[in-house]
Amino acid sequence: MITKKETVAMLLAGGQGSRLYLLTERIAKPAVPFGGKYRIIDFPLSNCINSGIDTVGVLTQYQPLALNEYIGNGQPWDLDRTYGGVRTLPPYQAQKRADWYKGTANAIYQNMQFIDKFDPDYVVILSGDHIYKMDYAEMIENHKRNGADCTIAVFDVPLSEASRFGIMITDDDMRITEFMEKPKEPKSTKASMGVYVFNKDKLFSYLEADEADENSEKDFGKNIIPAMLKAGEKLYAFEFSGYWKDVGTIDSLWEANMDLLGDRPALPLKDREWRILSRNDALPPHYTGNSAVINNSVITEGCEIYGTVINSVLSAGVVVERGAVVRDSVILGNVTVRTDATVDYSIVDADTVVGKSATVGKELIESKGITLVGGGLTIPDGVSVPDGVICDKAMLDKLSKGVM
Amino acid sequence: MNAVGIIFSSINEKSVHELTKQRTMASVPFGCRYRLIDFALSNMVNSGINHVGIVTHYNYQSLMDHIGSGKDWDLARRHGGIKILPPYITAFANASNFLYSTRLEALISIREFISDCKEDIVVLSDCDTVCNLDLSAMIERHIETGAEITLGVKSSYVSTDNTRAVTVVKSDENGKVLDVSDYSGLKSGFEDVYVRLLVVGRKYLEELISDAIAHGYTSFTKDILVRNCKYHDMRAFMLDGYFATIRSLNDYYRCSMDLLDPEIRRSLFGVRNRPVFTKVRNSAPASYDNGAIVRNSLIADGCVIQGTVENSILFRGVKVGKNTHIKNSIIMQDTLTGENVYLNCVITDKNVVIRDGRVLSGHETRPFFIDKGSYV
Repeated sequence: MITKKETVAMLLAGGQGSRLYLLTERIAKPAVPFGGKYRIIDFPLSNCINSGIDTVGVLTQYQPLALNEYIGNGQPWDLDRTYGGVRTLPPYQAQKRADWYKGTANAIYQNMQFIDKFDPDYVVILSGDHIYKMDYAEMIENHKRNGADCTIAVFDVPLSEASRFGIMITDDDMRITEFMEKPKEPKSTKASMGVYVFNKDKLFSYLEADEADENSEKDFGKNIIPAMLKAGEKLYAFEFSGYWKDVGTIDSLWEANMDLLGDRPALPLKDREWRILSRNDALPPHYTGNSAVINNSVITEGCEIYGTVINSVLSAGVVVERGAVVRDSVILGNVTVRTDATVDYSIVDADTVVGKSATVGKELIESKGITLVGGGLTIPDGVSVPDGVICDKAMLDKLSKGVM
Repeated sequence: MNAVGIIFSSINEKSVHELTKQRTMASVPFGCRYRLIDFALSNMVNSGINHVGIVTHYNYQSLMDHIGSGKDWDLARRHGGIKILPPYITAFANASNFLYSTRLEALISIREFISDCKEDIVVLSDCDTVCNLDLSAMIERHIETGAEITLGVKSSYVSTDNTRAVTVVKSDENGKVLDVSDYSGLKSGFEDVYVRLLVVGRKYLEELISDAIAHGYTSFTKDILVRNCKYHDMRAFMLDGYFATIRSLNDYYRCSMDLLDPEIRRSLFGVRNRPVFTKVRNSAPASYDNGAIVRNSLIADGCVIQGTVENSILFRGVKVGKNTHIKNSIIMQDTLTGENVYLNCVITDKNVVIRDGRVLSGHETRPFFIDKGSYV
């Protein structure tokens, strides 16, 4: 027996996130750490539970191990339920076919059975690539009021950037009249956030039709939405005006982290009404030593700071030794920055050691770009990692031999 | 591990009455994000004990809130897990006669819990202690020596001006207990002190309880250990690492400040495979604003620091206003300090608000305590 759920959320978390390079070498993009103690997927998951949605299917495909382990039984998000709760849904072998998820629409198509079990009226489709705090309940309310078949959340972007997104053109009542996927000459600035509310029956019939179409790319933006528009279904846009950021690139991931800093951060995480939940190890509070200087930074449990930290975000268990300087950087878990080392305008992945007097990156104003240092590396004492590079093991070996 | 743990949550509350006015000893906040019971509980869980009874007395609401289902200690189990054991009062008994005040009376009132356990061994622990112990080593020794009772003993300095009850254990080189007695108070120096942690066979404990009822005994230490030590086969187990017992507000202050010592922090929180577990609160990381100056301090998540913090312990969600200077202080959860505040040797309980410009100071030997929820 399973009780009916009004809404089931399906979270697309199979993305590789290839533009995050080393950070997604071993983990899927939604599992990428963010903001000291979170991972990207904490945002949509917390949004679900805060919006009263307690049944979430997480579709995994690329490097699912870390993500599966992280989600576990869903307990940190209060999603360990007897009825509903969070389920990870990997691709599976069926009687007549065995397929990877071929596109976003196909991933949902393959899990229609999971959705149907809860007999929902609405299905919310989410992606695990964005940092934002949003009340989906408000959007579903709006969807009901409009009597819509599908509602798409949109976010106002600058016209210059609009060609990177799926753009909606609406009438005065916010009914969508036209949809353009990454248009060269955008006619509107309403960008799709990748958040959809569907009436379940409508969704299922379009998914089935799309699956039968051999020419389809099995994608929501490219196939399902255009097909629904063509058939004259009622599609509405829902405007979202809070903080929203696609963290698909090293630059945007760095920027989103920096948005946590300042007196009035662009992305405030301290409000208790909309708490972002995450799975954490039991670590002691962070310690700030006598020689420490910390300015405009975010620091979390298990850190030990004896050096200087300015405009930076530090994850759990980071050690900054005496005389070391960390500036304008994002340091992931358990990194050690040894005595007199300097890290500037960089993202340093977990478990890396920056040796004594080593330097990583260049000061923000004169830097060519963000330096990305891979995880689990040991930068030898005194070695300099230049600015704007992606430093993996091979590069580090060259640097230590003085070849570069 | 074939052992069940029993934790006394309310023992010695009167000695730290400031902190236990509205809570049990077990739920006294400690070290930025912990409650005292976290240490006793984590010691048990890390030693493979997954069945724990917590004996409560009164005011145990905050304790129940902290423990919840026990999942933060991985003790939300179908078999075993955590059980809160409230005072057992029948409709027919006179409540005031029945509410226990000692460990032995508490054990008598939870006889049924003890006899229903499947485990062969019982570990009894107080929770006014701060330590990270490997209890499995102690239990193994207990089994190896075939002792009836194994006492946890720590070599500690006792002095003649010490007014509190200290139980001293004398043992031979094999750890066999020769004598258990109250500290005489005649001579200062190091003594092997019984830390109110013991391992005992469950069947034997049941016998002790029946015998105690028959003889009208009331105190486990005085009537069973001290008076009858010669009739039991008892062993002393020497504990190492950091160990502190909190029996006064001064102890609490000193022990909290001990955490600023990296060696002590390592022996409490840095032990491999023995983390200290606590309830997860999901606070955002701490933020330091421009102009924040922090020296030699422990800061929990959720803090916002705009002023200066020195030699202090800040619990979760504390706000330090601009130009505010906090020194040598312990600031508990969600305390708000305004601007231009000066605090020295102050302990604020939870949810205290300190308005702009207030200057408060205690002394290391007498920290100034501010009650839960007060406005200053």
